[in-house]
Amino acid sequence: MNNALLKVEEIDAFYGDFQAVQQASFAVGDKEIVSVIGTNGAGKTTLMKVIGGTLAARGGKVRFEDTDITGWPPHKIVDLGISQVPEGGKVFGRMSVKDNLIMGSYTAKARRGARAALERVYELFPMLKEKADQDAGSLSGGQRQMVAIGRALMSNPRLVFFDEISLGLAPTVIKDIYARIKQLNREGITIILVEQDVKRSLRTCETAYVMLKGKVVLSGKSTDLTEESVSRAYFGM
Amino acid sequence: MDAILQSIIQGLLLGGLYAAVGVGMSMIFGIVQITNLAHGDFLVLASFVSLSVMGAMGWNPFLSLIIVIPVMFVIGYIVQVTMLNKVLSRGAEPPLLVTFGFSIIIQNLLLYFFTANAQKLSTPLLLKSIAISANIRIPVMYLIACLVGVAVIIILGFYMRNTYQGKAIRATSDDNEAAQLMGVNIKRTYGIAMGISMMTAGVTGVMIGVLFNFYPSSGSTYLIIAFAVVVIGGIGSINGTLVAGFIFGLAQVVGGQILGATYQQLIGYIVLLIMLIVRPQGLFSK
Repeated sequence: MNNALLKVEEIDAFYGDFQAVQQASFAVGDKEIVSVIGTNGAGKTTLMKVIGGTLAARGGKVRFEDTDITGWPPHKIVDLGISQVPEGGKVFGRMSVKDNLIMGSYTAKARRGARAALERVYELFPMLKEKADQDAGSLSGGQRQMVAIGRALMSNPRLVFFDEISLGLAPTVIKDIYARIKQLNREGITIILVEQDVKRSLRTCETAYVMLKGKVVLSGKSTDLTEESVSRAYFGM
Repeated sequence: MDAILQSIIQGLLLGGLYAAVGVGMSMIFGIVQITNLAHGDFLVLASFVSLSVMGAMGWNPFLSLIIVIPVMFVIGYIVQVTMLNKVLSRGAEPPLLVTFGFSIIIQNLLLYFFTANAQKLSTPLLLKSIAISANIRIPVMYLIACLVGVAVIIILGFYMRNTYQGKAIRATSDDNEAAQLMGVNIKRTYGIAMGISMMTAGVTGVMIGVLFNFYPSSGSTYLIIAFAVVVIGGIGSINGTLVAGFIFGLAQVVGGQILGATYQQLIGYIVLLIMLIVRPQGLFSK
């Protein structure tokens, strides 16, 4: 893929001496939905941390369009148009829903479009407007994920990654959230789904990468991959 | 009766200032998770900075604030960014020891440059008072100190609620990893938070310096007041700090009136001890 929006090349990442990601490469095309599938501890979240700039890679490169962004600080990466919905949402529990959203437009560039972005997020999730003054910590798990998604959209991103978005949520809520993700994608936002849920990921994405023990062990168009082949790679059989 | 009423007024007024003495320490406790053992020494440092500015420019203590406040911000920012940030990832003890080191360094620098003599930031306002009745008077300087203290807390609260930087500080204290994902530079934010904490120490240091004699070694007195206010109010709660300041000020002054002035400090500590036993999480902690 030559005109990839995001390209990750042979990333090595460590926690202390433990190598969490090994020579991982993948690419995401503009306006595509890509999923990164793998069990707990496969290195998915670590890889996302490297892309987001909160963890330094020991080797490899991350490119966004034609810019080498390896080792850039998080705020510069947000300004480029990459934002994320971290695992568990990680909302600011002691701050109001509105303040949570406003934090999503913290960077200098995002602040200029903050007012319009807030309106758009409220339009997308009317629930957030209703609960604007409530502490985010008092919301249900699904609502907190909505806050986290709204917050990620406040910087008008071109690429959003969702880390284990369905973890611990009720099936109906998960369904709703996935519908929103597809809607965002139709509006032109490129999506990376980091998931353990093989079935749902394959149904939603165009391209899938399967990670196992820090390595990308299988990749392909979701239409070419069978659930069985993915499962086998997923468990390392 | 009048004497008690007089001491209640004085205690409340002093409490407003005490709240501001504690608020900066509470902030750093809550956000950076450092117990700044040098908070009192920084406060006294501000008193000495004011003394020097007054001497050099011939200004009154209040005017000296326009230099003291920015100087204290810069000191706080630099101390945090160049030193404390470097040891934050190594657990709770190293930053604690670093602040303890600051405490010793500040005291000895002050001793070197200003000797151990008692100092005072003088203003004719200290002797003025407003008569309420025949035996009850409101000392003007106590009133000013209280209003300044409360103003510090209100401005701080407004800043934390309504500005991007203030929200970023709160977000960082809530979940610094998530704040980082929003593009917040954590270390810089800690620097700004410490700078702001030192600004509050600057304002209160000048008020304290006007009200009371101070020495290079006075820091520990104010550290304990700050600590008491933080504990009583609940860590990181700005409103709690205000109420705690009033409680502590009242306890000290009214208790001192009843039991004798020599017990004034002791009573404050007893209130603190009771609080630690009965409600260690503080009045307003969530």
